[in-house]
Amino acid sequence: MSLLSIRDLRTEFQSPSGIARAVDGVSFDVEPGEIFGIVGESGCGKSATCRSILRLFGGAAARIAGGQILLDGVGDLAAMPERQLAQVRGRDAAFIFQDPLTALNPTMKVGKQIAEVILRHRKVGRAEARAAALQLLRDVQVTSPERRLEAYPHELSGGLRQRVVIAMALALRPRLIIADEPTTALDVTVQDQILRLLKERRDSLGTSIILITHDLGVVSQICDRMAVMYAGRLVETGRVREVLDAPSHPYTRALLAALPGQVGRDRALTPIEGAPPSLIAPPPGCRFAPRCAHAVARCTLGDPPPLAPRAGAAPGHLDACILDEVSDAAA
Amino acid sequence: MFLAILKRLLMLVPVLIGITLLSFLLLQIMPGDPASRAMGTRASAEELEAMRQLWGLDRPIWVQYLYFLRDCVTGSFGVSIFHKQPIIALVAARLPYTLAIVAYSTVIALAIALPFAIFAAARRGRLADVAIRQVFVVLIAMPPFWLCYVLILFLALGMGWFPTGGVGEGFLANLHRLFLPSLVVGLSTAALIQQSLRAALIDTMQADYIDTARAKGLRGREIFLRHVLPNSLISTISIIGVRVSWIIGGTVVVEKIFSVPGLGSLLIDAIVSRDLPVIRGLTVFFAVMVVIVNLITDICYALADPRVRLE
Repeated sequence: MSLLSIRDLRTEFQSPSGIARAVDGVSFDVEPGEIFGIVGESGCGKSATCRSILRLFGGAAARIAGGQILLDGVGDLAAMPERQLAQVRGRDAAFIFQDPLTALNPTMKVGKQIAEVILRHRKVGRAEARAAALQLLRDVQVTSPERRLEAYPHELSGGLRQRVVIAMALALRPRLIIADEPTTALDVTVQDQILRLLKERRDSLGTSIILITHDLGVVSQICDRMAVMYAGRLVETGRVREVLDAPSHPYTRALLAALPGQVGRDRALTPIEGAPPSLIAPPPGCRFAPRCAHAVARCTLGDPPPLAPRAGAAPGHLDACILDEVSDAAA
Repeated sequence: MFLAILKRLLMLVPVLIGITLLSFLLLQIMPGDPASRAMGTRASAEELEAMRQLWGLDRPIWVQYLYFLRDCVTGSFGVSIFHKQPIIALVAARLPYTLAIVAYSTVIALAIALPFAIFAAARRGRLADVAIRQVFVVLIAMPPFWLCYVLILFLALGMGWFPTGGVGEGFLANLHRLFLPSLVVGLSTAALIQQSLRAALIDTMQADYIDTARAKGLRGREIFLRHVLPNSLISTISIIGVRVSWIIGGTVVVEKIFSVPGLGSLLIDAIVSRDLPVIRGLTVFFAVMVVIVNLITDICYALADPRVRLE
């Protein structure tokens, strides 16, 4: 039984120029204790997908237009009334935001902000919540945690702040943590520490993590399975090694070819020509077809193709390309 | 914190020297002889001479300035020609009424602005928000003297709920009697607070840490009271600070219309009776109050926002 099953999720954003379908029929499962990575360019809908899970859209005029978000033992989050969903947030599933600089209330002490989530969901006193907050700071390897409890966010470094945010997310030992680019705002060495911390916490607590990132290096470092997202849809999913070593969708290949460093070291960098399509009026057929080097006429017809297994591919490795064979040479 | 406050108070000294010099020179520049201006045209030459000696007007200008400085330092701020009393005594008798209007109008302003700001922010861009903004813009634009007479006409003379002016004995009596003047002053403060607080609320509601609070499972009311409102109110502190220092010296019209014996009426009376030392002393006193109110504002700001440090 999967911990989280997302089925045909559709999320719409109201914008001045029309309704943007930021998430357009996304389905995937997250197993207990696994780290599931979602990668894609800015604006591909990866953030909108994970924000939909707990319906955290900030000030944006967004709504879930369809689909199911089934959390094991809890129910369909997409159909749940706001009051009931508030019980789930923080307790069964927690969220880690991208920028630890802005994710903490600047005028409230760190200890109080951690204690707040405990006091919300557990019947404990202030002293007890404070003691729990202290232990949480220790768990995320914050040095001199007693002193940090009394600190305001601006008195901490970026890395420490993200540890505080993680401590807050872990406070009630949720089974699912959704991390939206948790290391993007941090410098490289701190990034590595935070990723190790997330992995270590997963190993000791068995928490499932959905990790959103645009960095394939991050995915290959800590994720078990991954999905590649393009223009509101998943185009490829599978175990990380299989997707990165044998990418079958032209977009995944193009993404890897455009990547400097380990993944494509022996190849020259190839930028993906063109820009992602409009989410308000997406092109017919495969969303990537207008930029795809392999596209043929039938790629631009009908509905976007669904994820499907390919002959000879590893189990669970699916992609959404209708072409039988995509040559390796041109990506 | 304590050291920073002490430092700020010490920095007051050069500011005060500048203020005293300026207000002293202003009256020196004024044409004519202060003695004859004070005594009127029918005073004899001997009387004028005696007057000049009494006030030290026969001394060199810098000695006169030192006299004035002495009066300021010893706290008397000079002696009134008309009342024959130290100016500080006149101020002390009237300051309570002015401060009462300051406090009362601020309370009224907050009571009006807070709910309307919250309501407008919650319905941002909708009809209610736009309507509220228009009403408050009209309030800002309305001349206070006109508002005074409208209120007197309807609430005092028409309905008979309030007296047309004057002050009473005791807290409750003044709560009643000072309501209308405080309302006039408070309405424009309310308009300023409503506009800035509405903007601050909308800003804060979109902050990332509000999403964090929601992700913790906090409910709307908890998020609003613990995270949105406290962070939004910080900007209101500076508006109240500016308004308070303005009200202390600026309620001349309102005090006069409602016959409130505050500092504003004292200033008007001094100008009408050509009581130069009072004008000069009040100028310095107002300046000192502005500096002190600013300091208090900065202290409140530093207390409310841990990122702000008192320098």
